[in-house]
Amino acid sequence: MSEKAIHVEEHRDDEASKLGMWLFIFTELLLFGGLFLVYSIFRAQYPTEFHQSSLELSVTIGAINTVVLLFSSMTVAMALTAIQKNDQKRALIFIGITLFCAAAFLFNKYFEWGHKIEHGLYPGSDLMPLLDRGHLLYFSLYFFMTGLHALHIIIGMTLLIVCYFKVKSKNINDHDYVLLENGALYWHLVDLIWIFLFPLMYLIS
Amino acid sequence: MANNTTHTIEYRTLSKILLVLLFLTFVTIGVTSFHLGPFTVTVALLIAGLKSFLVLSNFMHLKYESLLLRILVAMVFVLFVVIVLITFIDYAYR
Repeated sequence: MSEKAIHVEEHRDDEASKLGMWLFIFTELLLFGGLFLVYSIFRAQYPTEFHQSSLELSVTIGAINTVVLLFSSMTVAMALTAIQKNDQKRALIFIGITLFCAAAFLFNKYFEWGHKIEHGLYPGSDLMPLLDRGHLLYFSLYFFMTGLHALHIIIGMTLLIVCYFKVKSKNINDHDYVLLENGALYWHLVDLIWIFLFPLMYLIS
Repeated sequence: MANNTTHTIEYRTLSKILLVLLFLTFVTIGVTSFHLGPFTVTVALLIAGLKSFLVLSNFMHLKYESLLLRILVAMVFVLFVVIVLITFIDYAYR
């Protein structure tokens, strides 16, 4: 085989793939941005109700989930570092840890939501329409925003599971890792949203 | 390989960033447990802004990306702030 045949031109543009991922992230940021806007307007209108409702949430669970997400954000960044250094084994371990953290986050969320649902507090329950407008708005926004965020966690997990197997099969390697890069970017986005969601939902009084 | 322009960030740097992020998280929890009135929101949002800056620039590698991309990301946040301001002005003067 001639030397020419080995060096086939690859039709690849990592810069463009990344830019595309970023454009998608912009739409996600503005999607959540719109929800944060709705939250701030109603919070300005019903400050006492929002404060009272936020006391119903467990700051401990929220804080644990924050730590879990920040940690997983670091491990996914480390997975990228590992693959750049051609350390497949470490990359797999780091993606594994990230996936474990994601599952832990959802596990916590399950108990948090479960606790509310047990008390009859969930969208469409008999209790919700009996609440006054401020409380109703807070809990509707709480379920919608954390729910949409949890959906993003699941999407991010799916993406990282794909990356895990591609790293394993060496389809993602130290020469071609843009998919892992984009998967990591998505995971950081999920973390980024939570950075604002946590203080606004759980802490602000 | 010419196609990979990403800078490699060392494990040590990444763990340092995590420590700062965790520290800021506990500062937020600490600050909001004192009742500072309207300042609580401001402080919490400022810290969240700082945290997101750290995540964007380090974890998301923006520090090492092209100027075009950095400007684009900054514009998204500027756009959001403008939207919030305009909406609040609308509500305030109704």
